[in-house]
Amino acid sequence: MTLDDRQLTETGLPPRQTGRLLLIACGALAHEILALKRGNGWDHMDLQCLPAKLHLYPEKITEAVTEAVAEHRDSYDEIFVVYADCGTGGQLQAKCAELGVEMVAGPHCYSFFEGNDRFAAQGDADMTAFFLTDFLVKQFDAFVWRPMGLDRHPELRDMIFGNYTKLVYQSQITDPALVDKARACADRLGLAFEHRHTGYGDLATALAARA
Amino acid sequence: MSDEEDDIILSELDDEELVQQMFDDLYDGLKEEIEEGVNILLGRGWAPYDVLTKALVGGMTIVGKDFRDGILFVPEVLLAANAMKGGMAILKPLLAETGAPRVGKMVIGTVKGDIHDIGKNLVSMMMEGAGFEVVDLGINNPVENYLEALENEKPDILGMSALLTTTMPYMKVVIDTLVEQGLRDDYIVLVGGAPLNEEFGKAIGADAYCRDAAVAVETAKTLVGRKHNQGATA
Repeated sequence: MTLDDRQLTETGLPPRQTGRLLLIACGALAHEILALKRGNGWDHMDLQCLPAKLHLYPEKITEAVTEAVAEHRDSYDEIFVVYADCGTGGQLQAKCAELGVEMVAGPHCYSFFEGNDRFAAQGDADMTAFFLTDFLVKQFDAFVWRPMGLDRHPELRDMIFGNYTKLVYQSQITDPALVDKARACADRLGLAFEHRHTGYGDLATALAARA
Repeated sequence: MSDEEDDIILSELDDEELVQQMFDDLYDGLKEEIEEGVNILLGRGWAPYDVLTKALVGGMTIVGKDFRDGILFVPEVLLAANAMKGGMAILKPLLAETGAPRVGKMVIGTVKGDIHDIGKNLVSMMMEGAGFEVVDLGINNPVENYLEALENEKPDILGMSALLTTTMPYMKVVIDTLVEQGLRDDYIVLVGGAPLNEEFGKAIGADAYCRDAAVAVETAKTLVGRKHNQGATA
């Protein structure tokens, strides 16, 4: 199955209507979830991705997840929401509890990729870090550069990123080309560069618990 | 902008046309034009406070409304804010000299563990524009910073901002500390930030959650007015 990152960003990915467990996930996690599914032979899992661009409007995530759960809950035995809090201020967690579905623990994907405990332990050391994952490195212009207006107004860079000191690239797969691109992103933002290979972190654990 | 608009000579416009043009220039984030407009109005004898409220704040209110309605986005708002900042830099010393009306005083800062300040800076600027004296503590403020500023500055309002789900609970730490020290009722506490909502504001004991800078200004005016009225009748 070939995934189109632009489609994952703009429209998401429809479910294949197979399996007894539906994962409702952020489009930014599609590659990682499908890799885990393939690698572990989790054929009972189906995947629906909501548009990754929802992350630019976190206030819309809870409603979109709610609609997806309502649309598909009769077709599957179980639904698991593959979002962390993702800037919803606890609203997604509250809604999932109300709907009786579980979701991935943690404040955001940067935390669960690194491992929630480990990320929390970093504390102030990462306070001035701007994080990118594999997907976000590949989609840097669509998710960071253009939405922040830096293509049209590069003078805004320091107003937006002036309090950050470093860009941390959390890689899920090993790809030297992506490391180079992430380093270039750091240069464009005027930030120091750090690479941490996280693999799939707590995402793998959360999905394995539903194997 | 069209070529025709590029040809507009601000100094040739009458006051009403110039203010309208400044609304447009603010909307388009044109800092130099805003600075020129401010200087022209001052040169025509406008009081600095009138330039601020009628031209700059009036224009930023439109920007704020269109941001709320999803017509403008963060980059455009930042450009507009930058343009307003240019105008404010000219007006600020003049406002101090001319004794412009002072509506109240606010201490504001982003909470501990959080470095995000775009929203906070917009609130600071709009509050200043509305006649509040603003003491901005910047980013990553532990409770001690807030307490020290409250003691030194004696403001009417404490404003706290957070962008992260992980840092927003710190607002409750600050409010609980105020309660413990018997200081909570001395201040109006306003909170804001992308992941917050009204329910959260109530749950942590804030006086109000403000969804954007324009709402912060209106809420601040209302609550400060109420506080002063209470003081007058107490």
